[in-house]
Amino acid sequence: MEVEGSIISGLDIEEGAEIEALKARSTEPIPDPDRWLDEELRRNVLISSLDAIIDWGRRFSVWPVNFGLACCAFEMIATAASRFDISRFGMEIFRASPRQADLMIVAGTLTWKMAPALRRIYKQIPEPKWVVAMGSCAISGGPFYDSYSVVPGVNRIVPVDVYVPGCPPRPEALLHGLIMLRDKINRESIIRKR
Amino acid sequence: MTLALSGEKVSEVIRGRIPDALTDFDEATIWVKPEAVYDVARLLKETLELDYLTDLTAVDYREYFELVYHLTSIGNNHCIVMKTRCYERERPVVPSVVGLWRGADYQEREVYDLMGIGFSGHPNLKRIFLWEGFQGHPLRKDYQNGA
Repeated sequence: MEVEGSIISGLDIEEGAEIEALKARSTEPIPDPDRWLDEELRRNVLISSLDAIIDWGRRFSVWPVNFGLACCAFEMIATAASRFDISRFGMEIFRASPRQADLMIVAGTLTWKMAPALRRIYKQIPEPKWVVAMGSCAISGGPFYDSYSVVPGVNRIVPVDVYVPGCPPRPEALLHGLIMLRDKINRESIIRKR
Repeated sequence: MTLALSGEKVSEVIRGRIPDALTDFDEATIWVKPEAVYDVARLLKETLELDYLTDLTAVDYREYFELVYHLTSIGNNHCIVMKTRCYERERPVVPSVVGLWRGADYQEREVYDLMGIGFSGHPNLKRIFLWEGFQGHPLRKDYQNGA
């Protein structure tokens, strides 16, 4: 709608085009990267012992990047604070930069306007990287499933390793999800592409 | 507790200065013609010292849009509600009050974005929550969700 006094710059039009393009190609969820979990272990002895050392190192130093979007972020903050103390799991502090992180905890409602930013942050995390979808909104859109502005599940934008249900999940639930993620990392192999 | 000014007394003040601007009033509300919004708002700000715009929102009643302005005086601790009805549905336009209260800037952008009501004289009227290219205004009662 054209209204007198309306100022739409090139940046606004570019942003709108990017969101529309992302929305058009995100109609189906990205498959979860866990098909290999049920596979028979096909490791030889040498790789297996190397895997054991690498996985041991990786699973005790998973550094998360801040991605708090809504009320779930406060449970994530509580998890990081002294009472629940995420440092017990080698997670230390939340990194403000994705380039120093291994894990992205998507905590809250993802809107289509925020989706390009989530995608960019995910791409900036160096490999190996993992994603936790925290709360019903991040899992499936939650109560806003058929909304005009909410992404129905962050797995439309990035592959998700662990889903933590709840609205919002308690810190114990998030910690349980992180322990499950650690078990998953423990079964990974460097010869298998994630 | 903030004192709600009587709509009747406030309407008498306005009638003396700007005749034909009001359409109705009740205990704590005055109804203004859309084209007189800016003049009445400036008069209220100057005479009653209503220096704070608490809230600016809009309601879709299908036959018309109603804009709601909650005005408060910090110094005198009183308030009044100003409403205006917009019967135009295709391209409703109301004068902007950003010149009086800077806080109206984002709130008018929100009303424009979600309800599709234009504000003439707004310095930066564009969508605030949704992206450029989004079709329709989702808080309108006749909006169909295509997703």
